[in-house]
Amino acid sequence: MKSLDWFRIRIAALFQRSELNADLEEELRSHVEHRADDLERAGLPRAEAERRARIEFGAREKYKEECHEALGGNAVGTFLQDVRFSVRVLRKCPGFAVAAVLTLALAIGANAVVFAVLNGVILRPLNVPHADSLYGLEHSDDHMGQESYPNYLDLRDRSRGFESLVAWNISQAGIDTGGNSSRAWVAAASGNYFDALGIQPFIGRTFHAGDEHGLNSAPYIVLGYAYWHSHFQDDRSVPGRVIQINKHPFTVIGVAPPGFRGTLLFFNPDFYVPIVNQPQVNSEFDLNTRGVNWIFETMGHLRPGVTPGQATADLNSVASYLGKTYPVDDGGMQFILGRPSLYGDYLGKPMLGFLTALMTLSGLILLAACSNLGSLFAARAADRSRELALRLALGSSRNRILRQLLTEATLISLAGGAVGLLGSVAILRRLSVWQPFPQFPVQIPVDPDAKVYLVALALALISGLLFGIVPVRQVFNTNPYEIVKVGSAGVRGRGVTLRDVLLVLQIAICAVLITSSMVAVRGLARSMHSNFGFEPQNVMIADTGLGMAGYSGDRESAMQRRMIDAMKTIPGVQSAASINWAPLSGGANSWNVFTDEAKNLKPSSAAAGPYWYNISPDYFQAAGTTLLAGRTFTWQDDKNSPLVAVVNREFARKLFGSDKDAVGKHFQVALGADIKRIEVVGLVVDGKYQNLTEDQAPAVFVPLLQEPMSQTYLVVRSNGDPQQLATAMRGRLRDLDEGLPVNIQTWTQLMAAILFPARISTLALGILGMMGAMLSITGIFGMAAYSVSKRLKELGIRMALGAQRKEVLQAALGRPLKLLAFGSIAGLVLGILATKILAYIVYQATPRDPLVLAGVVLAMALVGLVATWVPAQRAISVDPLILLREE
Amino acid sequence: MNDQAQLLPGTLDLLILRAISLGPLHGYGVLLRIGQISGNALLIEQGALYPGLFRLVRQGLLKASWGTSENNRRAKFYSLTAAGRKRLREETNSWIRLAAAMTSALAAQPEKP
Repeated sequence: MKSLDWFRIRIAALFQRSELNADLEEELRSHVEHRADDLERAGLPRAEAERRARIEFGAREKYKEECHEALGGNAVGTFLQDVRFSVRVLRKCPGFAVAAVLTLALAIGANAVVFAVLNGVILRPLNVPHADSLYGLEHSDDHMGQESYPNYLDLRDRSRGFESLVAWNISQAGIDTGGNSSRAWVAAASGNYFDALGIQPFIGRTFHAGDEHGLNSAPYIVLGYAYWHSHFQDDRSVPGRVIQINKHPFTVIGVAPPGFRGTLLFFNPDFYVPIVNQPQVNSEFDLNTRGVNWIFETMGHLRPGVTPGQATADLNSVASYLGKTYPVDDGGMQFILGRPSLYGDYLGKPMLGFLTALMTLSGLILLAACSNLGSLFAARAADRSRELALRLALGSSRNRILRQLLTEATLISLAGGAVGLLGSVAILRRLSVWQPFPQFPVQIPVDPDAKVYLVALALALISGLLFGIVPVRQVFNTNPYEIVKVGSAGVRGRGVTLRDVLLVLQIAICAVLITSSMVAVRGLARSMHSNFGFEPQNVMIADTGLGMAGYSGDRESAMQRRMIDAMKTIPGVQSAASINWAPLSGGANSWNVFTDEAKNLKPSSAAAGPYWYNISPDYFQAAGTTLLAGRTFTWQDDKNSPLVAVVNREFARKLFGSDKDAVGKHFQVALGADIKRIEVVGLVVDGKYQNLTEDQAPAVFVPLLQEPMSQTYLVVRSNGDPQQLATAMRGRLRDLDEGLPVNIQTWTQLMAAILFPARISTLALGILGMMGAMLSITGIFGMAAYSVSKRLKELGIRMALGAQRKEVLQAALGRPLKLLAFGSIAGLVLGILATKILAYIVYQATPRDPLVLAGVVLAMALVGLVATWVPAQRAISVDPLILLREE
Repeated sequence: MNDQAQLLPGTLDLLILRAISLGPLHGYGVLLRIGQISGNALLIEQGALYPGLFRLVRQGLLKASWGTSENNRRAKFYSLTAAGRKRLREETNSWIRLAAAMTSALAAQPEKP
C-alpha cells in the first residue's frame, strides 16, 4: 500500500474510531442475535438463548480490540488511550507520582547543569568566525602562553603556519571619563587583533596594524559591548570621546560587537587598546625587553591546508633560531598549540578533568535514581498484579499492558525531565552572571542552548525506558489464573536479586560522595588555618594603583613611602608595609637565578626560578612572616647601597645546598641583559605563594627602593575592626591623593581566588553527596516498605506466636539494613581511595581523620534510620488479629 | 472435549474466502456455512471470525455492506472482490499441494529390506 494511503487511513481511523466502534458493536450484536434466533428455534426461551449466544461468542472485548488492530492498528489512538489511562493511574497515587518526578527532576537537573557547564566551557567554540582553526601558543614546559614583545614580533614575522599571529595582555587600569576615576580591565592587543580574528565593530571602527607606529603611538580605545552598555549607556556618539587611562589621553574609536567577549573564555575585557600603548596602561611592561614575558597570550588562525602539527614544527624552528640568537632569554624555548579560550592545556586540562569527574558522578546519580524508580515500579507492578492479572484474563494482551506501563514510566520521566530542566535553567542563568571573585572580572558563560535541552530530553527518555523496563519480566511471567485464585503472595526471591545489587551500588556511590565531600570540607577548613608562611588574619590589603593615577619614577617611590607612613598613623595599626604582589592573591613575578659561580647565564643553567617580591622594610612584620636569621630591610637599602635580598629556606637549600648559613652568601639574577649580583642578608620561613597545593617553592624578597615597582599592595596589620580600618585607610589615602583608584580587602578575601577550585569542588561534591543520600534514603525506604508490606501476614503470624519486637524488626528490615551496611563499607573504602585524587584540588585533603570516618558512619546510619523508620513502625504496629481476619 | 479439529493457523482466512465465494454472507452466516461445508468438523470460536473478516476487508479481498438478513435483522454482508477470488484460487491450489504432500508423507510406509 502506498504510504500516503497508509497515512490517510491511520488518520481517518483516529477520527473515525467512534464511528467504527459503533459499526463493529452493531455487527457483533447482530451476530449474537442471529445465534440467539437459532437457539430459540431449537427450543430455548429467548432470554436463555441470548445468554448462551453471548457466552458462545467468546471474549468480546478481546475480539473487538483485534478487529481494530486488523483494520490497520491505530497506533496513535492506542497511544492516546495509554496516556489517558496512565494519567488516571498516576493521579490515583499522587504521592508516588510526585516522589518519582522529583527524584528524576533532581537527577536530570544535576546532569543538565553539569552538561551545560561542560558545554559552555569545553564544547562550545569561541564566539569568533572559524574558531576551529584558531590556536594559541603554549610553552611546552609549563603550559603557559606568556611571551615577550620582541619574541612575539619575531614569531609573527618568521612563522609561516599562521595567517596572522595576534597577541594580547590583561591589565587593570585607572580610567577617568571626566571627574571620577575607576578601575577597568583592559586588553592590550596587537594592532592586527580584530582583523585577524574577523571581528567587525558594532559602531565606529576597530584599530588596525596600520595604526601602530612604535611606542605609545596609537592611543585608541575600542570599548567592549558590555562596558559600553553599562558605563556609556549605549551612547552611539561615543566614538571620538577622549578618556584618560592612567592619566594618559586615549580616544574612543569604536565599540566591539555584542557577541564578542574577548578570546579568553572567562574574561570579558572592559575595553581594548593597541599593545604598543601597553606601557601607558601598565608601566611595568615595556616593548623592548626580550627576557620579560608579559604578553598573556599569542594566537592565530592556521593558514588553510596547514595542520597543527606542521604549524608547531614551524614555530619550533623559529624558536630554535631565537634560542640560538638570544641564548640568555630564549634558550630551550619550545612550543605546543592549544585552544586559546581556556589558555590551552593550562586551564583546559584541569577543567576537562574536573568536569568529566562531575559528569561521571552525576551520571551515577541518575543511574541510582533510575534503579530506585525501577524498584518502585517493580514493586508497584507486583502490588498491581491482581489488576494486571484481571486485565490479562479479560483478554488484554501482554504487549498492550507493557506498552501502558512504559507509557506510565515515560510520562513520569518526561515530567521529571521538564521540572529538572526548568530548575537547571534557573541555576545556569544565575551561574552565568555570577562573579566568583570581586577583584577579577571573571564570568562563566554557561547559558543553556539547544544542545543542553536535547541532552535533557534524551536523558529523560532513556531513564524512562531504563526504569520502565524493570517490571517487564514480572508482567511476562504473570499467570493470571494463579494470581486471581491465590492472591498476590507470589514468589519471593531469596537469592541476591538485581535489585539488591542496584541498591548496594547506589548506597556505595552515596557513601563515596559523602566521604569525599566530608574530606573536602575538612581539608578546606584546615587550609584556612594552615601554615602559609604568613598570617592572613587581621590584615587588610589595599591595592593602590599608583600607576593608574599617573605616578612614575621617583614620585612613585616617594608616594609609596608616604602611604605606608600614613597607614601607620591609624590608631590600632600594628605595622604597615607594601609588597608588589601579596602572596596567594593570584599574581607573582618570578626570575631565573644563578649561583654566584655561574658564568654562562642561560635559562637552562638557572639554579632556581624563585618567586620574586619587592617589599618595603616592615613587610615581614606586617605579614607575620618569621625571620629565621640575619636582618630585614630598612629604608637605607636603596639604589645607592649594595643589592641585598631576604630569601626563604627553600631558596637557600636550592642555591647553597643548605639553609644553615645562607646569610652573607651571594647569587646572580639576569633581568634581561642586566646581570645583578645580590647578597643574602636574611632568611625567612618557607611559605605558600601561588597556590595551596603547590610544591614548596623558593622565594626572594628584595627592597622596594632597589627595584621600584608601580604595582604595590599595602599590607596593614591591626587588631581593630576590619570595616573601620578599611574606612580609615581609604580616608588617609584620599588625603594623599583623591584620584587613587583604591581597592581594599582583607587578605583572606583576596585568597578566595586561590581557594576557588577547592571551594567549588567541595560544593559540587557536597550537593552530589546530598542527592546521593536522598536517593539512598528513598531506595532503602522503597525496599524496606515493600518488604514489610509483602510480609505483613508472616510478621503477624510471628507476633501471634509470641515473637518479640526485635525479632520482628530483624525479620522485616534485616535485609535492607544488611545491604546498607555492605554498601556503606564499600563506599567508605572507595571514598578513601578517591580522596587521593581530591588531594590535588583541596589542600590537606586526607581521609586519615577520625572526624571524617565518624562523620561518614554517622551519616550513613542516619540515612538508614530515616529510610527504615516508617516501615519499622508499620512492622511493629502489626495487629495479628486484624491482619489474619482480613485475609 | 469433542472430535472437532482445531484450525491450523492461517486457514481461517481461506475458509472464510471459500464460504463467501458461494454467495454473500453476514458474519454468523459465514460461520454456519463453514460448519455446513466442513461437516461441522472444525472448531471455530464465534468471535474469532471477526478479526479475520476485518483483516480480509482491509486487504481488499472482501467488501462489506449493510443489508437485511433472512431473519429480518440488520446485518453486514460480505462478498468477494476480484482480488478475493484470485486469492482464493491461489490459496486453494497451494493448500491442495500442501495437503497432498502431507498426506503422502504421512502415509509412506518404511521400505522393507
